[in-house]
Amino acid sequence: MNLTEEQIQRYSRHIILPQVGGIGQQKLMDAKVLLIGAGGLGSPAALYLAAAGIGKIGIVDFDKVDISNLQRQIAHGNEDIGRWKTESAKNTINGMNPDVEVVEYRVPINAENAMDIVSQYDVVVDGTDNFPSRYLMNDVTVWLDKPLVYGSIFQFDGQISVFKKGDGPCYRCLYPFPPPPGSVPSCHEAGVIGVLPGIVGSIQAAEAIKIVLGIGDPLIGRLMIFEALEMKFHEMKIRKNPECPVCGDSPTITEPIDYEEFCGVQVGV
Amino acid sequence: MAVEVRIPTIFQKLVGDEKTVASEGANIIEVLDKLDSDYPGFKERLTNEDGEIHRFVNIYVNNEDIRYLDQLETALSDGDVITILPAVAGGSI
Repeated sequence: MNLTEEQIQRYSRHIILPQVGGIGQQKLMDAKVLLIGAGGLGSPAALYLAAAGIGKIGIVDFDKVDISNLQRQIAHGNEDIGRWKTESAKNTINGMNPDVEVVEYRVPINAENAMDIVSQYDVVVDGTDNFPSRYLMNDVTVWLDKPLVYGSIFQFDGQISVFKKGDGPCYRCLYPFPPPPGSVPSCHEAGVIGVLPGIVGSIQAAEAIKIVLGIGDPLIGRLMIFEALEMKFHEMKIRKNPECPVCGDSPTITEPIDYEEFCGVQVGV
Repeated sequence: MAVEVRIPTIFQKLVGDEKTVASEGANIIEVLDKLDSDYPGFKERLTNEDGEIHRFVNIYVNNEDIRYLDQLETALSDGDVITILPAVAGGSI
């Protein structure tokens, strides 16, 4: 074990857990997690991953902090308005845990850069707000055999799952192709209760940490539905679809796709 | 068969802002037809011109995807819970 005296103190509540211990903490400190989005979901995920001592956190976001973000995006504060979200999140992360190496990607994730960026990480946490990025992340993580921790939110409801090639289905097994433009509303058009991404993003962080540690039962093959108004969790089974266009027996999608924007408004993908 | 149908947020306006509605039918297609007669226009939001469920909408009976049961013909029992779940993009960047 190579933990310093300060690290032993910092992570003592982890280290005394038999499921983590010094070896588990070392795994966390050696782990590289990529966050797609430093917004509602990415904020709590980033903070808990940083607090847990994840060694390297990559953050992909090409947006700047706006005052309307602050109702839910807890990695950013009032003084960050107008700053790059990656920069603001890095500042918050390192304020909490200076040991974490934060890599900023101030670019939209797209077919050109996705494989290169994702290949440098062990786990991907999907906190995007649009279908093109979600499908792209799904496909790329299938090809690179990286676990994808999926989360999405709408008004008072959230969804969480873990997609891992070999062990279970992928997002396209659940929904093979994106809905046509205008058929489902997007985040941009609908409100969201501010604490909802906090809950969903924290669950995503928990799943990422479990994957790194190799403990417990991840949400593989299970779609968890959270309803804040009822304060209920439901769970649906997701099966691997042999006809899945990306992870099925005869894949028809073999290269990254930049889907047209179909969120209702331009998000710059 | 008397069943409970859990309505996703984006379709709740069609059913008088209810989160769940009671319905009945021997299988999924009968339930959808009943819902459509109770709430006109409901079915067309879920299906394409051929009457098939949109691929971005999943329907579950007691947590199992009907595509892995008997699809729209999936037989129902009293007390079954049907969940309709469209794809959701939101992450609120």
